[in-house]
Amino acid sequence: MSGLLVGAILRSPHPHARIVSIDISEAEALPGVHAVIHAGNVEQRPYGYNHDNVPLKGEKVRFIGDEVAAVAAVDEETARRALELITVQYEPLPTVFDPFESLDPSSPQIHDELENVEGNVAMRWDWDHGDVAAAEAEAAAIVEGMYSAPQAAPVPIETHIVIASFDPAEHLTVWSPIHMVFMYRKELADCLGLDWEHITVIQPPVGGSFGGKIDIDPHDFITVMLARKTRRPVKLVMSREEEFIGTRTRQPIHFKLRTGADADGNLLFRDAEIVSDNGAYNGWGSHAMLVAMQTITSMYRVPASRVRCAVVYTNKNYGGSVRGFGNPQATFAVEQQMEEIADALGLDPMDVRLRNANQPGDVTPQGMQITSCGLEECLEIVREQSGWDKRRGTMRERHRGLGAAAFVHVGGGARIYRSDGCGAMVKVDDSAQVTLITGASELGQGSETVLAMIVAEEIGVPLDAVHVINSNTDVKPWDVGVHASRTTFVAGNAAKLAATKVREQLLETAVEVLGAPVDELRIVDGVVEVSGDEEKRMPLGKLMRRRLLREQGSIVMATAFYDPPTQMQKDYYGNVSAAYGFGAHVAEVEVDPGTGMVRLLNLWTAHDVGRAINPMSAEGQIEGGAAMGIGLALSEELVIFDGQIAAPNLHDYGLPTAVDVPRIVVNLVETIDPRGPFGAKGLGEAGIIPPAAAIANAVADATGIRPRAYPMRPWKVKEWLDAGERSHVARQGAADA
Amino acid sequence: MRVELSVNGDPYRREIEPDATLLSLLRETLGLTGTKWGCETGDCGACTVLVDGEPVVSCLQLARQVDGTDVTTVEGLEVEGELGDLQAAFVRNGAAQCGFCTPGMLMSAEALLRRNEAPAEAEIREALSGNLCRCTGYSKIVDAVLEAAESRQAPVDASA
Repeated sequence: MSGLLVGAILRSPHPHARIVSIDISEAEALPGVHAVIHAGNVEQRPYGYNHDNVPLKGEKVRFIGDEVAAVAAVDEETARRALELITVQYEPLPTVFDPFESLDPSSPQIHDELENVEGNVAMRWDWDHGDVAAAEAEAAAIVEGMYSAPQAAPVPIETHIVIASFDPAEHLTVWSPIHMVFMYRKELADCLGLDWEHITVIQPPVGGSFGGKIDIDPHDFITVMLARKTRRPVKLVMSREEEFIGTRTRQPIHFKLRTGADADGNLLFRDAEIVSDNGAYNGWGSHAMLVAMQTITSMYRVPASRVRCAVVYTNKNYGGSVRGFGNPQATFAVEQQMEEIADALGLDPMDVRLRNANQPGDVTPQGMQITSCGLEECLEIVREQSGWDKRRGTMRERHRGLGAAAFVHVGGGARIYRSDGCGAMVKVDDSAQVTLITGASELGQGSETVLAMIVAEEIGVPLDAVHVINSNTDVKPWDVGVHASRTTFVAGNAAKLAATKVREQLLETAVEVLGAPVDELRIVDGVVEVSGDEEKRMPLGKLMRRRLLREQGSIVMATAFYDPPTQMQKDYYGNVSAAYGFGAHVAEVEVDPGTGMVRLLNLWTAHDVGRAINPMSAEGQIEGGAAMGIGLALSEELVIFDGQIAAPNLHDYGLPTAVDVPRIVVNLVETIDPRGPFGAKGLGEAGIIPPAAAIANAVADATGIRPRAYPMRPWKVKEWLDAGERSHVARQGAADA
Repeated sequence: MRVELSVNGDPYRREIEPDATLLSLLRETLGLTGTKWGCETGDCGACTVLVDGEPVVSCLQLARQVDGTDVTTVEGLEVEGELGDLQAAFVRNGAAQCGFCTPGMLMSAEALLRRNEAPAEAEIREALSGNLCRCTGYSKIVDAVLEAAESRQAPVDASA
């Protein structure tokens, strides 16, 4: 790209400080520097939930890594030198890092500029259903405990990279890996005062996201601001260290959970007090509570539930929407208590799960309408394959144990905006090449192949005849974006609808050209066949040329927009997704009592995927998701001291390697969802949800110690073993005893 | 300063900065962008290439250190415009999702197969443990390497 400049960002070294002054004169004077920007010399507006964030901070900084200034220069070396020449005077402020301390009214207020925020509570998510007090009185057993999930990171192997360029007519083009492209365009426009009809977003191939590339981040705005100021294209590459410090993380969540059941193991209630430590700004992570709440109210049939949740500000990097979005954390609490309560009642945890399993046709307390549901079958499969009935509770002498966990997650979109739709355009040209132009983005999850398979199947052409275009907002139809495991279901339905119309158009022409009635025609492998008349078969290319290359000819092209039949939740009630995915895992571990080292020996998984359109790719999503779940369970954590991420690098972060992940057994359970394209449901996030809970339960089976937090690193497990932490049973035996 | 080397069989002579890395020589000077930049600290393995047949992380290797060597990058694995056997095995086994780690994985696997023509699964996992993949959970990558190893050992079909 001609004239491309390199951007770089100056970040706050303080976790909480007032910006007293900023001097950019030396940086500006450095030869090769084309712009130095800060809050005082750019146009920007607050953005994000409750407008609590701004790209370049002017008044104060709220975590180590907050963006303060940026430069554009001829090369990286000059840009880095220019950053060193910027002088910022800070006045350090009192800090708060612990979310429980943050709740204390005497703690320093992180967003004192926001009048609608009380203390440091950014949001509350409260829910009541049924009579928890009455359920409690009836319970034969109640278990309670605190379960904590750490700060973790999505860690795509390719970091965030943005290029922004204005043409002479003020039209902005941004090359960005962010996969909510239409929303991204709107947010850029709103924050920077641009006309959004003059913004094109192009998405190059993305080197992984896992949710880390959903949120628009300050560096996106900053790159555009630099391009605007310099009138040159600007490229900004996040270093690996910046990727950890300056992009969104999985927020720590702490669940104080109680579960009660009757003597037969029927669940009676769940009661949760949750503190979500979302960091310095809201980001998308603040809304992970939507998903966490669903698991508490709707994983298994639970007659009464209560949730009290505070999302709090702390002086740390803030939470985004990482794969699973609150569900691995919630499932860690909920599924441990399924085994704890079964043990307290003297029942088998699998029996208790099956007794309470969600069923097709159920409507959960939050109004989630369950269509297809393979939970029972998934539980039975992993029970059988793991040898659960003979092996659980029998291997403690060998320090081995089995543990299970199931999950529920949206699998038919997630209506968190007024629309949950996706557009599709399908065309066929004179060579019979089929092109699908879809709103959905490809991030490596395999959506291009799955969508092409759906179109090929629906029209009746070979897979390699279908080309997919999906990377340019000028070309592709509107879509909410890639999130919530929605692409196969929502974009798949849209592609299927458009493909159906295209097939009908092709058959109309075939009726005319071949002189046969439509009910005797079918398209197979790119050829129109007439039943009972081998002579009349015609390849689609020839048919297309007969349609096009004549007077009054016409093209074949169709559009469709699919918006699932779902509801925006009101007071957390409403059918947010058109289908729900279920599954179950069983983990087998060996715990070294001397070191506390947990070794994962086996992971059996069964997932209700509706239909596996591309089984290899479905397996790959589940294996990859489970590997991330194993990482969460055993090794991944952003360790933070006084607001400083101790080791923002891949060497220390704890990403699992090829020797850390065992061969994972994947069973694809097909329940053929009535609304899914060919019966398929979403599965992109599913694999990551149960492993931490299943592994924790396996550690409990192996040792008798109840894990209260992950990652279950050796020194932590050793501490628990030494302290003898057990399940906390508040009540055991018959309620009236 | 000047560096002379062979990359994928082609001779190159280039003027470089003394502190240029092999990775920047490949990507920026020679335009071979198949080799990926993921961390610049040797932790992710996405920039793995072969230098005289040995796998190295090119982000930690100075370009001047490879003067006079034979370098093989992922672009060098193809055979007459077709995917090489290892690459084809990756495709068949679904061993790539986003594909960003794939070039480095391929080069580490190629180095392994050159020194050990029949590796056991544990040896493959060990050989790939310096290459991070966030997408796949590794099993399908291991399967691809096993399959490629097997096909390299299979007796040549005399009728072909």
